[in-house]
Amino acid sequence: MRLAAIRSALIMLALASAPASALEAYKVVGDAIPAPLGGKIGDLKRGRALVLDRTQGNCLICHQVPEPNEPFQGTIGPGLAGVGARLDTGQLRLRLIDAGLLNPQTVMPPYFRIEGLRDVAPAFRDRPALTAQEIEDVVAYLASLRTP
Amino acid sequence: MTAAGRALAAALLALAGAARADEIKPGSTFLSPEMQRQQQDQSRNPGYLWVEQGEELFSRRDGVSPTCISCHADPKQSLRGAAARYPQVDAASGKLVNLEGRIEQCRVDRQKQPAFGYESQDLLGLTAYVASLSKGMPLSVSAEGAAKPFYEAGKAFYERRQGQLNLACTQCHDGLVGQKLRGDTISYGIGTGYPAYRLEWNGLGSLHRRLRACSLGVRATQFDYGSDDYLALELYLAVRARDLPMEAPGLRR
Ligand code: HEC
Ligand code: HEC
Repeated sequence: MRLAAIRSALIMLALASAPASALEAYKVVGDAIPAPLGGKIGDLKRGRALVLDRTQGNCLICHQVPEPNEPFQGTIGPGLAGVGARLDTGQLRLRLIDAGLLNPQTVMPPYFRIEGLRDVAPAFRDRPALTAQEIEDVVAYLASLRTP
Repeated sequence: MTAAGRALAAALLALAGAARADEIKPGSTFLSPEMQRQQQDQSRNPGYLWVEQGEELFSRRDGVSPTCISCHADPKQSLRGAAARYPQVDAASGKLVNLEGRIEQCRVDRQKQPAFGYESQDLLGLTAYVASLSKGMPLSVSAEGAAKPFYEAGKAFYERRQGQLNLACTQCHDGLVGQKLRGDTISYGIGTGYPAYRLEWNGLGSLHRRLRACSLGVRATQFDYGSDDYLALELYLAVRARDLPMEAPGLRR
């Protein structure tokens, strides 16, 4: 089931030959996006700030991270402690960019997609939730979470 | 959870779909026991301040004639259960009206006064008062006949993904009930407690104000107070909550 979903996602990606947007292009290989977006280098510290921040990433409404000083972490998504040992950077990148490529029913928001969204509030329209640089920053932080 | 476990959970979520009507529980079920007691206690639930103001407005003369009470004598009897039948389709205009809309209609057409305006303290007070007269009564809103197209529109709204975070109401309020979203416990997302006093608002607010908060939460367009979109959604939520007891004024985090 999972493979079929990946395959159909790849086909859809192939069909959407010319992306209408100016977002950095990426290539899906299996369940990963191996190459950094736009060739950018991630910064772990900035990534951590984005994950904890309540307006931009706001990951903690859904996830738990190993940050004892952060109260009220969500229980909607899987806990992220040890995620850097479970998934490699390419796999992390794909799940952040658009987890819907793996699981069309996913609750995890697409952080680097602007197409196929509906009724987006004006302040957030026509730009991804995170920029290419920010995606790389968050990937760097997640990759550092190696202890389950 | 393992990857296989997650794939299974996702598949189950897709299959699970909407919660069955008999599983849906009132919003207060998800409050701490202390907040549940506070909601029940009229002397400790701040929403009753608005109820009292509404009750006073309901019978106040100050030159406005007729007063509400001159048409609705003995409201504790005559209006008991009224709020539990809204939203409903107005026979004359064919439009969907909620309780706020009906009160404004009386104000403009019968009292010949300027509308209070959505979310004004006067309209909140009157709505809370009239809703409180149905406290404990089962919600009984129709999805049939003239209401059908509105119900369908509300259902479609509830089920479609929206906003930059690409989430549908149903994903949280059917699929994730009981889970923690930050400090909140996700409920079935029904409106039986509204108007409600929210600690976050430090005041009483309408259901449409709560809906605007959820829209903002997923970074979606916030529709206007009293808009057709939210009215249809309100109808869908009411039908979904059929037979549940009215609990306005609710108390919420
Ligand atoms: C609205 C809820 C929600 C938000 C917000 C959210 N996630 Fe997720 N996330 C999920 C869910 C649910 C899954 C499981 C996805 C699936 O199985 O399809 C997930 C999966 C993941 C995974 C894969 C984990 C694994 O073990 O497979 C990573 C990594 C992740 N999220 C990181 C993030 C980061 C970083 C952010 C913020 C920038 C974030 N998430 C925001 C709900 C959310
Ligand atoms: C990302 C998750 C999420 C999404 C999507 C979402 N909500 Fe909510 N909603 C919440 C949370 C958290 C609360 C506060 C806790 C509670 O009462 O459920 C809430 C509260 C509510 C309440 C108040 C319940 C009460 O008794 O106080 C209603 C009504 C509601 N939501 C309806 C909706 C509708 C309709 C939509 C779609 C337009 C929607 N929600 C989308 C998370 C969400």
